[in-house]
Amino acid sequence: MSVEMLRAMILIREFDLLAIELRKQKRVHGVVHPYVGEEAVAVGVCSALRRTDRITSTHRGHGHCIAKGADINRMMAELFGRVDGYCKGKGGSMHIADFAIGMLGANGIVAGGLPIACGAALAAQLEGAGAVTACFFGDGATGEGEFHESLNIASLWKLPLIFVCENNQYGAENAVESVRVVGDIATHAAAYGLPGVTVDGNDVLAVHDATRAAVERARGGDGPTLLHCRTFRWLFHAMRDAPPPETRSADLLASWTARDRDAIARLEDHLAGQGVLTESALRTMRDEVKRDLDAAVAFAEASPYPDPKDLLVDMFAP
Amino acid sequence: MREISFTQALDEAMLEEMERDARVITFATRRATALERTFGGKRVRFTPISEAAFTGIGLGAAGSGYRPVVHWGMVTFSFVAMDQIVNQASKIRYMFGGQADFPVTYRCTTGGGAQIAAQHSQSPYSMFMHLAGLKIVLPATPADAKGLLKSSIRDNNPVIFFECSRLAAVTGPVPDGDVTVPLGVAEVKRAGRDVTVVGLAYYVREALAVAEALAREGISVEVIDPRTLVPLDVAAIRASVRKTGRLVVVDEAPATCSAASEIIAVVTEDPETFRALKAPAQRVCAAPVPVPFSPPLEKAALPDQARIEAAIRRVL
Repeated sequence: MSVEMLRAMILIREFDLLAIELRKQKRVHGVVHPYVGEEAVAVGVCSALRRTDRITSTHRGHGHCIAKGADINRMMAELFGRVDGYCKGKGGSMHIADFAIGMLGANGIVAGGLPIACGAALAAQLEGAGAVTACFFGDGATGEGEFHESLNIASLWKLPLIFVCENNQYGAENAVESVRVVGDIATHAAAYGLPGVTVDGNDVLAVHDATRAAVERARGGDGPTLLHCRTFRWLFHAMRDAPPPETRSADLLASWTARDRDAIARLEDHLAGQGVLTESALRTMRDEVKRDLDAAVAFAEASPYPDPKDLLVDMFAP
Repeated sequence: MREISFTQALDEAMLEEMERDARVITFATRRATALERTFGGKRVRFTPISEAAFTGIGLGAAGSGYRPVVHWGMVTFSFVAMDQIVNQASKIRYMFGGQADFPVTYRCTTGGGAQIAAQHSQSPYSMFMHLAGLKIVLPATPADAKGLLKSSIRDNNPVIFFECSRLAAVTGPVPDGDVTVPLGVAEVKRAGRDVTVVGLAYYVREALAVAEALAREGISVEVIDPRTLVPLDVAAIRASVRKTGRLVVVDEAPATCSAASEIIAVVTEDPETFRALKAPAQRVCAAPVPVPFSPPLEKAALPDQARIEAAIRRVL
């Protein structure tokens, strides 16, 4: 499984690096919010879920999609604004969803997905089949009322839910310490009577283990957990035509991107140390990822733009 | 036919729909004791006063196979949940390319006339009409209230169901059994020749009272109740205006960017209907103020029968 986790993390990173290049070339449209550096959170969490479990995501959501098992061809086609994209080109990067795999949607509003995740968890509780929901959000979401309301109701109703805070140290352009007094986001859990756990969000195995414990608790009917994953956003908040200039110190960036802190390098070294990953296997894996991404771009480019005559299609369900 | 109140009609609709479909669940900040007794605390919940959360919970549960009926209490409180309504519920189906349905009904009381002052006397349906993606229902009679609530719950889209406060205790004939009223179909509440009055909610009654009075002078007023604002039965309204050549729209929301404005726009932009107009269309709406508390001030702010009658006489 760990090798599969590594492959997913590499795919997520390469997908977003490619998306940046494609956006610079104006081949994809709109805004790109890269997830580079945070891959261990999506993969650590989703590897502890089943296909029938659900997730909600954020504006920085490509990683969550891939980790939950979305098809990168259809993701890429959506970024290209094409008809074979997940949303037929109506959503774009910030609104990718795949309900068939329980991916209930990225969300352009900070904390907007938390109440929706509670609703999905309520549905699962009523269904009684043991499904859980994982709700991804950033450190910035803790400033929103929807975060606090959702924690309280989920705890009150013992919803089968895992609140996953990806603390990437920045809410848009603002460093987390400039907008919060308390650094440990897990402490919010105590106020609402649920367990709060802080993990190294760049250690995919630690994230996986913490999620597994939270999932077990949720499936057992004991309610939600707040999982606070400390990670780091390697790149910018968002880009349109060009990436914005880097304003953070080189030392700070170097400290987070160093081999002993980079989530992917750490898992590579761990697997190599265990003897389950050879250099050639890693090379093959990276080649396969590149080949899959090339194929995704080809798929997207071969897909037509939506027909303007379909503008009003999908407004209302029959 | 038996007569029951608007409120009783809505209660019957809830009971029947919850009996009919186990996926119908409901929550509100106020305990629905009778429903809870019948269907249990799993399907009938009361929530903390957390409108943003429980509005979104309705949406998330709807996207996961249930049919929640979420009661905001007054529409006033929906404003605390604007992210979930505006950014999420109204857009979620379209922006995801139609891959899932979101059958959620948001109920709320609306309107003034009860001396509960500015924040609790609002009629903001046009704000929600403007969003695209939400169905907007505004019944005027107990029978329509019941039939439209049933249709709203069965509809596969987010619906906002407005319940006019001044109609709560009003009684009227309601058929027994499972009778639905389709969304998007207006009703001619009184047929007439000389002028079309489109009334909304409470003002359907007031328009009917004025029509009755004017009939004694030989003035024939047709009263139309759109019943739903999204979808709006444009064809029925245009057909009536083509027949009468005159239009008065009555509503207790202020006129600016209102449902009344929209109704006049859809009438006047249709060439055939425009050519049939014999007089300028009129809006009889609330004054552009927050609804005041003191009875004489509140009365002055809201439309009444005298103003409806004056508008009719202006166009004749």
